[in-house]
Amino acid sequence: MSNAPVDNGRRRFLTIATSVVGGVGVAGAAVPFIASWNPSARAKAAGAPVEVNISKLEPGQMIRVEWRGKPVWVVRRSEDMIAQLAKHEDQLRDANSEVEQQPEYAKNRERSRKAEYFVAVGICTHLGCSPQYLSDNFGEQVEGVPTGFFCPCHGSKFDAAGRVFQSVPAPSNLEIPPHYYIDDDTILVGLNSASEVA
Amino acid sequence: MKDLLDWIEARIPMMRVANMHALQYPAPKNMNIWYVFGFLATIVLVNQIVTGIWLTMNYVPTSEGAFASVEYIMRDVDYGWLLRYMHSTGASAFFVVVYLHMMRGMMYGSYQKPRELLWVFGMFIYLALMAEAFMGYLLPWGQMSYWGAQVIISLFGAIPVIGDDITLWIRGDYVISGATLNRFFALHVIALPLVIVILVFLHIVALHEVGSNNPDGIDVKRPKGSLSEDEKTKFKIHEYYTNKKDILDDVVPFFPHIVLKDLVAFAIFCIGFAYVLFFMPEMGGFFLEPPNFETANPMKTPEHIAPVWYFTPFYAILRAVPDKLGGVILMFAAIVMLALLPWLDRCKVRSVRYRSTLHKLNLAQFAVSFVILGYLGVKPATVIYTYMSQFFSFTYFLFFGALWLYSKNEKCKPLPERITK
Repeated sequence: MSNAPVDNGRRRFLTIATSVVGGVGVAGAAVPFIASWNPSARAKAAGAPVEVNISKLEPGQMIRVEWRGKPVWVVRRSEDMIAQLAKHEDQLRDANSEVEQQPEYAKNRERSRKAEYFVAVGICTHLGCSPQYLSDNFGEQVEGVPTGFFCPCHGSKFDAAGRVFQSVPAPSNLEIPPHYYIDDDTILVGLNSASEVA
Repeated sequence: MKDLLDWIEARIPMMRVANMHALQYPAPKNMNIWYVFGFLATIVLVNQIVTGIWLTMNYVPTSEGAFASVEYIMRDVDYGWLLRYMHSTGASAFFVVVYLHMMRGMMYGSYQKPRELLWVFGMFIYLALMAEAFMGYLLPWGQMSYWGAQVIISLFGAIPVIGDDITLWIRGDYVISGATLNRFFALHVIALPLVIVILVFLHIVALHEVGSNNPDGIDVKRPKGSLSEDEKTKFKIHEYYTNKKDILDDVVPFFPHIVLKDLVAFAIFCIGFAYVLFFMPEMGGFFLEPPNFETANPMKTPEHIAPVWYFTPFYAILRAVPDKLGGVILMFAAIVMLALLPWLDRCKVRSVRYRSTLHKLNLAQFAVSFVILGYLGVKPATVIYTYMSQFFSFTYFLFFGALWLYSKNEKCKPLPERITK
């Protein structure tokens, strides 16, 4: 043991320096534990596009398909339903679809490529429930609007173009997935055009 | 025998710990029925751990196998139904006793100085318990498991900017999937039980350091040298406590006096628990919800989804706000307010017995609001129920705001010198 006097400044420096180095080590060691929670390569690869046959869809009807594990709706809207869309825009939160919840080609009143067919991800933008399609009894929810989507979980309401009504918990319109028409009877959900690579 | 005990004691302090924390721990003699719920919570924790270990022996934590393995446990494993119902009923029982335990703390001011940290540890246990219950509910992989988890995980999506990435990170997939199920299983059976056990240990260490409160809310420990021999307790109290303070003749040793009383409560609790276990394990859909008897279907949300009853007060607050982020903030604020109670209550008198009528009314309206919010949380989101949720969310928060305002200069009754009854 030497009898040299204690150099407190040096001690403090060494304490801080080892703490910092140790802290960096802990942070580095945490990376694999945190990153392993991200979607795995397999989960990322599982999002292939799906084809939907719409030839048998009657006006007012809806079909559901699964895309990336989520429900996607295809609704064939009648003339009345399309005409109704213009009538209640003052009750909507985002009537002109300013929030980016849709591809550019669906940023219109009908929020679709063709007014007759409405394609949307059937997940409420509030907390992820799947709303119910009320084809002719939505009037109970919003007076004077016969068709819409009602989320049973927290009471959010959307019109037949997936536009959210005011004073409900959902913040934005329903998401429109990328999609295009392969031919008059077939929609492909998952890609914006035939030339886009998945 | 004595030699063996001495040999052990010289190497690990078994008797010293037993004396300090049970045989010679001073507990106020006036502890009433409200003081049994901590003990009961410990018993339920043991029940959850033991039955949980046995359930994992047959449970399959994959999205393909989970639902079928729970059916297998219920139908084919000897006494599997009993183990599972003990676990599911135990989960609800846990929250029953914890809510009553918290109510006790609020009534008798057990969160006030010097027990702030004790209360905060308790709130951490409550948080860990909620996470544990939520993750456990996903494991049967029924419809309600799936959509309940969908809703709760989506809560984090309300965080601005990084919300969507966080939900993706929690799920480990673009939707809730086997990846989510597996990690919830790991957290439910290993990580959170460890956290809870450690927190319970700290909760008890903190309790024994500051000493137990009592229905009168007055101190049974007085400054050293302030009491005459007559006033001091005749019981043998551990010197760890007597060295620091003089202890009034108002205490009894925790063991056997308090433990025996707790055991009576335990027997009565068991009667109620067994009744639910054998005659109504689903509790009419409140403990195990009907949609959960159907396997998870990511394409279809059940007509009406509600969380299990113990989350419904906070769920009602969430729904009361017609704004996603606002609702989430208010819901978490409802829990944070509870944790801040030691600093919101500025009154020096602890027990509701000696506090103002205003405080009594305020506490009563809080309890009523909490129960009504719980009721509203299981109901569908109709217009009238939404208005009611908004009203009672307001009264819930009103409790804390009003408490902070009036407690500074509250007119309280004079405190008794000694414990009354």
